[in-house]
Amino acid sequence: VRRRVWIVAAAVAAALCVPAAGISHGNGLPTSIGKGEGQLNLIAWEGYTYKQWVTPFEKATGCQVHSKFAGSSDEMVTLMRQGGGSQYDGVSASGDAALRLIYGKDVQPVNVKLIPDWKNFVPQLKSPAHNTIDGVHYGVSLQWGPNTLLYNTKLVKPAPSSWSVIYSKKFKGKVTVPDNPIQIADAALYLSKSQPSLGIKDPYELTQTQFNAAVNLLKQQKPLIKKYWALASDEIDLFKSGDAVVGASWPYQTNTLVADKAPVKDLIPKEGATGWADTWMLSAHAKHPNCMYKWMAWVSTPKVQAEQAIYFGETPANPKACPIMNKLSPGSAAQYHCGASAAYFNSIKFWKTPVAKCDNGQNSCVDYTKWQQAWTQLKG
Amino acid sequence: VAAGLDTAERLRPGRPVRLRASGFFWRNPWAKAVLLLAPPLLAFTLVYLASLVALFISAFWTVNPFTTEIEHIWNVDNFKTLWEASAYRTIALRTIGIAAAVTLADALLAFPLAYFMARIASVRTRTILFVGVLLPLWSSYLVRVYIWRLILNHDGVLNWTLGKLFGAHLGIAYSNWAVWLIFTYVWLPFMILPVYGALERVPHSYIEASRDLGARGWTTFRRVVLPLALPGVVAGSIFTFSLTLGDYVTPLLAGGASSQFIGNVVYDSVGISNNVPFAAAFAAVPLCVMAVYLLIARRLGAFEAM
Repeated sequence: VRRRVWIVAAAVAAALCVPAAGISHGNGLPTSIGKGEGQLNLIAWEGYTYKQWVTPFEKATGCQVHSKFAGSSDEMVTLMRQGGGSQYDGVSASGDAALRLIYGKDVQPVNVKLIPDWKNFVPQLKSPAHNTIDGVHYGVSLQWGPNTLLYNTKLVKPAPSSWSVIYSKKFKGKVTVPDNPIQIADAALYLSKSQPSLGIKDPYELTQTQFNAAVNLLKQQKPLIKKYWALASDEIDLFKSGDAVVGASWPYQTNTLVADKAPVKDLIPKEGATGWADTWMLSAHAKHPNCMYKWMAWVSTPKVQAEQAIYFGETPANPKACPIMNKLSPGSAAQYHCGASAAYFNSIKFWKTPVAKCDNGQNSCVDYTKWQQAWTQLKG
Repeated sequence: VAAGLDTAERLRPGRPVRLRASGFFWRNPWAKAVLLLAPPLLAFTLVYLASLVALFISAFWTVNPFTTEIEHIWNVDNFKTLWEASAYRTIALRTIGIAAAVTLADALLAFPLAYFMARIASVRTRTILFVGVLLPLWSSYLVRVYIWRLILNHDGVLNWTLGKLFGAHLGIAYSNWAVWLIFTYVWLPFMILPVYGALERVPHSYIEASRDLGARGWTTFRRVVLPLALPGVVAGSIFTFSLTLGDYVTPLLAGGASSQFIGNVVYDSVGISNNVPFAAAFAAVPLCVMAVYLLIARRLGAFEAM
């Protein structure tokens, strides 16, 4: 066991040294997009490759899109690595998967000059720390948003305003949360407000005591859980049938359920929310890189950005999409904080991979392997 | 005429070869056996045994947790984790427990039906019952699990009916009860058929002899029919037990917060954490359980009844 811990520490140390050593991929980047290869294989979040913007892309470029939905960042990383990594051309990685993919050399640098809309992006998403290292871009930012609290308006009264509702016995057996180790951060975020004495500043940087407190909270929550959902469609089914009435969710589920006339609503509770900032990344062993470049350029255009933002319920990286959002669905730009201020952006705790090294430079934080182990033990 | 025959012979060149081959096999009967058995034996050793060996070997490797690359260092860490972490013990016991419960329920459900089909029903009724038993197998397994999900839902068919009749409500959707119920349903045909086969083979004269010796219906059943049909029940239980033991789809779709099976951990280890060695180590558990089960089944004469 000690040997394994040592290997982890060595790997993490090595990974952290990489940016310091400087990755010199500056040269060798393509300077123009060649002819499409006819096919494009993507790993995406459910709802990210909808026919509304995929079909016109296929017509315009001749690249046939095949997408595989993943239920968690862990699954995305695994899929990108399986079969030597050449099975898929690109992935819509969230911040917690992006760094693992970069340090694992599963993705390759991207020339953002080939993405015409990149210069229009909001400043904080042009070269964010989760996809740009030492000025080298490993992908193109896409969309971002918060993880929300979803509830049934008929059965959950009064309307909740705090995450406490998914930890209280009031809705025993009717709660659903994602089947994802990163859920520990949601518990930590709630504890950072409800138990300030623990001193949690960042829900992804937890000392052993803070981590144990978060895991204990989730252990107490377990008897209240109907099901840990793995795919968005699972949670939609649970809310539709009435088996779950409150849960942690993405705006995509809310939009789909509301379109089906289910009595649901979502909100960002007073404790704040965890969230995601997604990036389309190019596989290091992509078989169809030109189609992937064409795809990254396509999904960055204002129209597609607006369509995806409304369909999934998230915020586009390209603020030129805001007026189009309002045209497609009046009021949607404000609803999804299109072109939001840096203050709102900073209020969301974006997913990132927990590492042993805390912000203060000490190796006293709990790393992600332990998060995964704790989650497996919890579900057991 | 001779020239004509020659052309005819040349037009059918296959015949002499075929004749020669058939002559060869008639003279050497062992060659025929080798030719018949070689393809399945080759497939068995290469596809089945070799993959089992590969599985077992990779269980002794580990994965680098950061890069998730397999490291070929021999160790027993995976088995140690399995033994030490209580979660995996719970999961293994849950899997075996539900598999046993499913087997028991299927045996209790299948026996009366198989008895009726084999000994009481007319030929026509028997045919209809056979079609009825086999009909569910025509539809996809997934479809049947999803249908059960709709039946058991909070506002599904079951609760709607219960509500109308008794004003009652049964909250067993997404729970281990749901998993047990669905497994019992989907594997039932695999129990009925061997039990039917065993019951059909009980000679009628034995039952007559039992009656002649003064045994009543229940005694005859207990002391003549049941012992003779037991190998069939055990044969069926091999199917229901092993199919439940290896499944991961039903717990995934219909299970609740604590419904993980061994198969689910294997699936997650491969598909989410990319830890094939650990998956292989855990997959060895049902393998050992089945080996013990088959040894017991052989003792009970199940292999003669299949």
